[in-house]
Amino acid sequence: MSTIAVIARRPVGLIGLIGVGSFVALAYLGPLVIPLTNTVDIANIYRTPSLAYPLGTDFQGRDVLNQIVYGGRDILSVAFLAAFFSTAVAVTFGSLAATLGGKLDVAILAITDVVLTVPHFIVLVVVAAIFRPEGFLVLALLLASLQWAGLLRQVRAQILSLKEREYVEAARSLDLGLFHIIFREMLPNMASYVAIHFIFAMTGTVYAQVGLIVLGLIPLSGANWGSMLYLAQSQGALYFSDSFWYIFSPILAISLFQLSLVALSAGLEDVFNPRLRAS
Amino acid sequence: MAAVIPAEERIASRLDPRAQLGSLWRHPILRAALKAALTVLAATTITFTLIRLLPGNPIDLRIEELTRDGSVSYESAREQVSALYAIGLDEPLPQQYATYLWNILHGDLGTSFLSRGVPVMGIILAVLPWTLFAVGTGLLLSFVVGIGLGLVAAYKRGSFFDQAVSTIGSIISSVPNYLIAILIVLVLGVQLRWVPITQMRGAFSPGIQPGFSLEFIGDVLFHAALPISVFFLTQIGHWILSMRNATLASLEDDHVLAARARGLSDRRITTAYVGRNAVLPLVTQLAISVGFIVGGAVIIEQIFVYQGVGQRLVRAVAQRDYPVMQGILLLVTISVVVANLVADLLYSRLDPRIGRAGDA
Repeated sequence: MSTIAVIARRPVGLIGLIGVGSFVALAYLGPLVIPLTNTVDIANIYRTPSLAYPLGTDFQGRDVLNQIVYGGRDILSVAFLAAFFSTAVAVTFGSLAATLGGKLDVAILAITDVVLTVPHFIVLVVVAAIFRPEGFLVLALLLASLQWAGLLRQVRAQILSLKEREYVEAARSLDLGLFHIIFREMLPNMASYVAIHFIFAMTGTVYAQVGLIVLGLIPLSGANWGSMLYLAQSQGALYFSDSFWYIFSPILAISLFQLSLVALSAGLEDVFNPRLRAS
Repeated sequence: MAAVIPAEERIASRLDPRAQLGSLWRHPILRAALKAALTVLAATTITFTLIRLLPGNPIDLRIEELTRDGSVSYESAREQVSALYAIGLDEPLPQQYATYLWNILHGDLGTSFLSRGVPVMGIILAVLPWTLFAVGTGLLLSFVVGIGLGLVAAYKRGSFFDQAVSTIGSIISSVPNYLIAILIVLVLGVQLRWVPITQMRGAFSPGIQPGFSLEFIGDVLFHAALPISVFFLTQIGHWILSMRNATLASLEDDHVLAARARGLSDRRITTAYVGRNAVLPLVTQLAISVGFIVGGAVIIEQIFVYQGVGQRLVRAVAQRDYPVMQGILLLVTISVVVANLVADLLYSRLDPRIGRAGDA
């Protein structure tokens, strides 16, 4: 059975699959189909939802739904990149620590413990405040720099247990080399941890990234879900009863995206754990 | 399990200093203490690197700023900045770092940029307790209630209660905590007007006399109610789900079956045989969550205008008050490290297997 079919078998997996799929479509295909309408229209400030404005308008009379469509791409891209970097670091150094052991293992574990303990968001706030990270890549690297520690520990523990299995011993006695043993023999057996962590890393980076934007620490280039909340907060729109839809819409978009990711990861667990499938 | 090591090798490894270090790292309590010291050292290294070493760092910028119009000489600008950050800029770098550490050890975190001459330490100590109070209360409440609900959910596995609690728990814990804070202001405060959000600002009402009076404690709780609710709501799902899974696993343990066979009462089995074992691993997670929640508190305090360390950090960021920023990063890290240390020690007390397995 294909992976997608297994994920879709349980309602939670299906919801996750549809949710994440819709958000990816909305963020990447939406802007191609729906024209950008960001002209200021003083006559239509803070309209409630109607046919013309399905999610109402903002403090300058601009369509909120249009901002939601255009405001997801940057957030999703950065989250995806950051999750990719953090997973790569965790898998590489986690397997190295477990297979080589010794001083390297102790050093990597010590760094991991430190990174797990340091309050991530406060470090991010201070770093962002001093250096104002600009651009996708820099932002993704910054977010990934604190994300990897949890998975590294899991990868290391998993490899330590896989090391003792017969097929790994067989590969070693055939002298297939460290690279082959890690990437061809062991990693395929950890696909579940890696895939599920990748999704959790995405939820973690969306959390941190939107948080930094809400505090106004990431230079704005165009509207996104986070900057809508930043503007609402910094301009006091949060306390106007008229601005409900303008503030509620990005909250809904971010929360639904996070929920879809979590549901998808629950569905993935079924794929990798056949015992759960039976029940 | 590990193979039996011949006696000579064991003795040899005892004598080898490197192996000694390795076994120290493996001793749980020593490891916890070492980890704590290492984390604090890492935090100081991060702040030192940020403000002193990286290009475009605030120290260089400040000196440039001061000397730009020519009224201040380079030397006196350096001197001013040295005092500001409690770093000796004329010393070679390693020594600067050592001085910096030495000053931190003596509680000298430099002085604020904006409020001239006010020590950073005092500024932070005035706000840090409020954050720790709100975070700690929310976390403990969510832990106790979440563990209760998770235990019951596991016992009633598959029932409506189980499904409702597990679903609501996983939904709430997926929504970022600061969004829940914004939603509370938006819906309960502005739309429905059920919660007097403007009166609840600050850590306590102006004009009230701080002290151990019922009035003051009530007032403090009133002002902390919203942050505490958010910390409670966003953490409880995690505890419900973890406790539920841990209980399910523990229910299948042999010793539980044996207890049943011995005819022990259900209540005794639930508390002493199932619950106690299931709770153990969650204690260490408690410590890890402290760091996470304190981070989230930065935005949550800003939204509720609660005068804790998070709101102070946002203010320092807006004012580019770097000494305050780095001081907050350091002191919050130290608080989290202490919380972790307490949890580690508590854990080794609660689980007798841990303390003894010294060189395992």
